[in-house]
Amino acid sequence: MAALLEVKGLKAFYGQTQALHDVGFDIEAGGITTLLGANGAGKTTTLRAICNMVRTEGSVRFDGAEIRGRATEEVVRLSIAHIPEGRGTFTTLTVEENLRIAAYTRRDRAGIAADLDRVFSYFPRLKERVQQQAGTLSGGEQQMLAIARALMLKPRLMLLDEPSFGLAPLIVQEIFRIMRRINQEDKVSMLLVEQNAALALDLADHAYVLETGRVVMSGPSSVVKNDENVRKSYLGY
Amino acid sequence: MEQFLQQMASGLANGAIYACVALALVMIFVSTDHINFAQGEMAMFSTYLSWQLMTWGANFWVAFVAAVLLSFVLGVVIERVVLRPLHTAPVLSIVVVFIGLLAICNSVAGAIWSYLLKEFPSPFPKTDFGIPGLIGPHQLGVVVITLLVLTALFVFFRYTPLGLAMRAAAQNPQMARLVGVRVDWMLALGWGLAAAVGAVAGIMVAHIVYLDPNMMGGILLYAFASALVGGISNPGGAVAGGFIVGVLENLVAYLGSQLEKTTGVYIIGNGEKLTVALIIVIFVLTVKPAGLFGRVVVKRV
Repeated sequence: MAALLEVKGLKAFYGQTQALHDVGFDIEAGGITTLLGANGAGKTTTLRAICNMVRTEGSVRFDGAEIRGRATEEVVRLSIAHIPEGRGTFTTLTVEENLRIAAYTRRDRAGIAADLDRVFSYFPRLKERVQQQAGTLSGGEQQMLAIARALMLKPRLMLLDEPSFGLAPLIVQEIFRIMRRINQEDKVSMLLVEQNAALALDLADHAYVLETGRVVMSGPSSVVKNDENVRKSYLGY
Repeated sequence: MEQFLQQMASGLANGAIYACVALALVMIFVSTDHINFAQGEMAMFSTYLSWQLMTWGANFWVAFVAAVLLSFVLGVVIERVVLRPLHTAPVLSIVVVFIGLLAICNSVAGAIWSYLLKEFPSPFPKTDFGIPGLIGPHQLGVVVITLLVLTALFVFFRYTPLGLAMRAAAQNPQMARLVGVRVDWMLALGWGLAAAVGAVAGIMVAHIVYLDPNMMGGILLYAFASALVGGISNPGGAVAGGFIVGVLENLVAYLGSQLEKTTGVYIIGNGEKLTVALIIVIFVLTVKPAGLFGRVVVKRV
């Protein structure tokens, strides 16, 4: 079976600076893949490159079709949801508007209503705050809103950039539990970028390690977890 | 007392015009951070279009609707053709383009229709409309039409998916792209809407100030003052600011004339209205830079 997302020889540039040199990986449909690496390794850039938010070269194939170079909004319309670092909340819009805006490209009213109910069942807290301005939510609630909003796109692939960033451990656990449910119940494949390598390796079934814009290691999470270098560099034991 | 009420009512009518143009300015400002100096001249051009249609025999309202729709299309085209290539250009280049647009609209209108003042009809019936002794039929009509337009815009932005998409694109363009919104088109739509609202203001005010290529110059200054008073990034504030400025300038003229009556000395009056508007601009910028209803933008660094 062909992979859902195939990245080959991906290069990315910020102006004259090259941030990615030859990154390649596959994401199997239905799986969770994680990208590990130190600060500046190119994890965020990889996610941005998939959505054409930076200048790129190489090949990115989604569902067999080349998508590299397509406008960001057209990539998203292929049902790829990108949850950026910093969560990308529309701060002046209400919680409900933040969710509805993600259904902007959809025309199935009944489906939208059903999906709203579904995301509220994952995140009851958002339902309590549905008319509140999104900028007034706590960090954890904004991260929940970001995931909920991504779900409203009815995605087949979710790109998550540091969902645990700046959150209390309990909230992080809750969010990761819900991510696993979304993966299993909604059949959403995920590409996860995470500083917290232990957490990411627990959730993901596949891992790639990036160093200065190159993939230096890859394999099933259970194997990567026990690699000596990974343990020393990213897991700290 | 009656004179006072009359002055206030006519202030509301003027304010309605300022509110429309101020709203047009704010619509473009919130999505691009630029003040479109050509907004007034674009509205003037739209007014000429409606005048041309009327001289070709169209009924006032037909000409009105056609001119507003044409202005919308022209606004979209200007954004796509003139401003699109400048998306990453420095602010100063864009300001120069705006001033160029202003000069082009002005001189093209002058070349086609000449610089002579033209009378512009009022669509509102002379009798059975307005409140005798308080507000004239045209003034009341202006207030009603602009309020209808503003309400329609409010409903559009608040309750339709497209309106929501436009707000999202203005607030956070990058994130809007990440939920599939075609942000570039939202900008063009914003330009179209701003041009259409400006057209409404131009066509409504032309009966009062007469039609000529320079008719919107002063009004743009008032509208700018209104937008600043209300908070340049707040559409509702801009509308409120328009009415505040309209009433305030007439209040100043009225108080001036009362003062002249009692003291016999002319201190301030009709001639100083525009000065008052400019003083308001400077005052607001010094004391409350974010405007009466604006929010202070705090950036984390």
